[in-house]
Amino acid sequence: MAIDQLLQAIPLDQLLIQTVNGIVAGMILALVASGLTLIFGIMDVVNFAHGELFMLGAYVGVIVLTATGNFWLALVVATLVIALLGAGIHVIALRPLLGRDPLTTILATFGISLVLQNYALWQFGPVARKIQEPFSGYFTLFYLDYPWYRLVIALLSAAIIGALWLFLKFGTYGIWIRATTQDRVMAQAMGIPVPQVLTAVFAIGAGMAAASGVLFGPLVGVNHAMGVDWVLKAFIVVVVGGMGNLGGSIAASIFISLLESYASIWVSPAQAVIFSFVVLILTLLFRPTGLFVPTPK
Amino acid sequence: MSDTPPQPLITVDDIHTYYGKSHILNGVSLEVGTGEVVGLLGRNGVGKSTTLKTIMGLVRPSRGRTLLEGCAITDFPAHRIARLGIGYVPEDRRIFRLLTVMENLRTGLDRRAVTEARKKELLDKVYAFFPMLAERRNQAGGTLSGGEQQMLAIARAMMLEPKIILLDEPTEGLMPRMVSQIRQIIDALHRDGVAILLVEQNVPLTLDASRRVYIMEKGAVRHHALASQLRVNDAVIHQYLGV
Amino acid sequence: MTARRRIGYWMGFSVVLALLIAAPLVLPAFWRSFLTEILIWGLLAMSSDLLIGYTGMVSFGHSAFFGLGIYGAAAALLWTSPPNLWMAFLFGLVAAAAVAAFVAYFSTRLRDIYFAITTLIFSQIFYVIIFTWTELTGGENGLTFRRPALAVPGLFSVPFTSETLHWFVLAVVTLSYLVLRRITRSPFGMVLQSIRENEARTRAIGYPVERYKIVAVMLSGLFAGLAGVLYAIQNRFAAPDFVFFLVSGEVVIFNVMGGIGTLVGPIVGAAFFLLLREGFSRFFTEYYLIPVGLIFIAMVIFMPQGLLGFMRRSLNR
Repeated sequence: MAIDQLLQAIPLDQLLIQTVNGIVAGMILALVASGLTLIFGIMDVVNFAHGELFMLGAYVGVIVLTATGNFWLALVVATLVIALLGAGIHVIALRPLLGRDPLTTILATFGISLVLQNYALWQFGPVARKIQEPFSGYFTLFYLDYPWYRLVIALLSAAIIGALWLFLKFGTYGIWIRATTQDRVMAQAMGIPVPQVLTAVFAIGAGMAAASGVLFGPLVGVNHAMGVDWVLKAFIVVVVGGMGNLGGSIAASIFISLLESYASIWVSPAQAVIFSFVVLILTLLFRPTGLFVPTPK
Repeated sequence: MSDTPPQPLITVDDIHTYYGKSHILNGVSLEVGTGEVVGLLGRNGVGKSTTLKTIMGLVRPSRGRTLLEGCAITDFPAHRIARLGIGYVPEDRRIFRLLTVMENLRTGLDRRAVTEARKKELLDKVYAFFPMLAERRNQAGGTLSGGEQQMLAIARAMMLEPKIILLDEPTEGLMPRMVSQIRQIIDALHRDGVAILLVEQNVPLTLDASRRVYIMEKGAVRHHALASQLRVNDAVIHQYLGV
Repeated sequence: MTARRRIGYWMGFSVVLALLIAAPLVLPAFWRSFLTEILIWGLLAMSSDLLIGYTGMVSFGHSAFFGLGIYGAAAALLWTSPPNLWMAFLFGLVAAAAVAAFVAYFSTRLRDIYFAITTLIFSQIFYVIIFTWTELTGGENGLTFRRPALAVPGLFSVPFTSETLHWFVLAVVTLSYLVLRRITRSPFGMVLQSIRENEARTRAIGYPVERYKIVAVMLSGLFAGLAGVLYAIQNRFAAPDFVFFLVSGEVVIFNVMGGIGTLVGPIVGAAFFLLLREGFSRFFTEYYLIPVGLIFIAMVIFMPQGLLGFMRRSLNR
């Protein structure tokens, strides 16, 4: 009886729409988080400025798009520019901290995030900019016109993550990166230029954040504070998925995003965040190595 | 001593190394000639491993110099020293456990200077040395047995086409059959013209494999002799190593 | 501490205290309240130093304790009529202590960056609750209320002037400093420092490390709540921004700038930061965080002991 009522209380059509929304949001989040987890797992750097790299990527996208009118060019240029910026940040601010307590990297990247966020506010002003999606077009999902672009973002995010995986798995640099993760000292003794590898990893992570910023721009508009929510969410994902575990981060991204999507059927999206907070805390208490890691490495 | 060759491959010149405040190396000097096998003996904790790490650039000496073919490499980062031709096989092997055997080898093999043909040649040579590695090339390094990991560590160092390999206690914890295999590998490397600086606890093996031997005590070299002399006169060995 | 150093310390303490007491009599109104504000932020920074500097736990969640202190005081000041100073303290401290107990229980099971991230996430939970629970908290707009009078029931009741408010804040902050200093030098404080140096060994000797950490977080949260109450009384305003994690980040910045593990350092750091903000916002307006952030990054890299540690070393040279 009670179950019957409960089942009737769940709106099936909304549930399905939110499933699609959740997967789309989850793929973008996965793109942000895989950059973060790469940096975290390999370098022990908690990158507080990741959200700001996401935001600056979106702004570079806006600039290139305004100048050329080509969305895909904007995507590529933003990725490259922010990857270079990331390399610069790493060389100037993080390399000197190598070998110190990982907590000092939180402090440094927190400072960087303040600087970048306020730089964006100064440079671009408080009014949100709009990125025009490269194509419009809808298909019908129940009573909604669902934009194709959202599905394309999800696929593109998956493609970028897939490319990263192939690169890590088979490329020479990928092997260097994985060797550095496992044993930094021995990697050096094998002739792997570890400082450069670390810089490259930071640059790759930054580039991925920028790419997600451009892809996500058309959905919400670009402003200087857009990175803050993402970096918090990405932190949750990285911890829930298991530090430095790429597959785990992706699974956790989709899990968290679905959870928030479903929750926002009943509560406001601002409050839905609390659900992912609770997941994080439960994970930390009961499975500190991450939900999606079978055994600690 | 007139036994040292005129142009040494490696020269360690009066190095002092600290870990925090404890003085680990207290003026170590030694030389290894081109293609020469040299043993480094001493009790536990006298600084043999630290000497190797200092040569490799993994530990910075506070005083003294290390030279490769007459050029100072003291301040070079470890990865440059490795690329100059010094292979390092550490005490605990330090295999990249999550990388496959093949990927472990590629960490040293994938260098810009190496052509595809040369890569294949090097791999073939290593696989001929260690047929076991060829069988397990796609297996994760961490799943190998201790002896197999030792083989992989040596093979990995060989990928750098080194002029010298620093071998830190290669026989530690291995079964006798594996120990004799290590002995054969040292000989084979020697025949190839690769110099070896061998740190060992196994005195007979070291005396047998090396041409010259240094004996360390309390962070400094106390004795230096031809291995052949020590083989007939074990008083010195007794004095420093108590065996 | 040798007798000479002890005399030197208390002489220095008295001189600084005397200067701070005299300051409102000579300073113009703007700088008077600026100084009061430095003391309040300094207390908040000092409370977090108990964790960062003495126990080796970097909290990124102090905004929660501070904010709950503000909102607790706000509740008391809105509900009591006329607004009662001591009810504000009671409500603010109880609210902060309750939150601190909750956060402490869960977060102390984790270490290092995991502790930092957990405290950050907890503070965000309270931020979201306060931000979205508009009926109770005023949501984004926050709450405004009247300042209570300085009163001792049955004895006297006078409205605060900017001088008496400064002295009142100074008295609370000085007392808190002395209590915190006593705590860090007590056997309890020694255990905290030994946790910082080597947690495993401290546990092996037989100390219940988790319980010590819980008490440390609660004490720290209590003093942060106290700072929140003072802030509420000074500014007569509560807003969700004070619970946002950026405030926690600023508190960590105060600590790093001033020098962790010194109690005085964080106050120096707060003063330095607020002065930088004041100075730079004249040229950069609201973008002052660009130069201040750059200075902070440089200090993390080149001056990890902070201003106080740096001064101490140059004096010893």
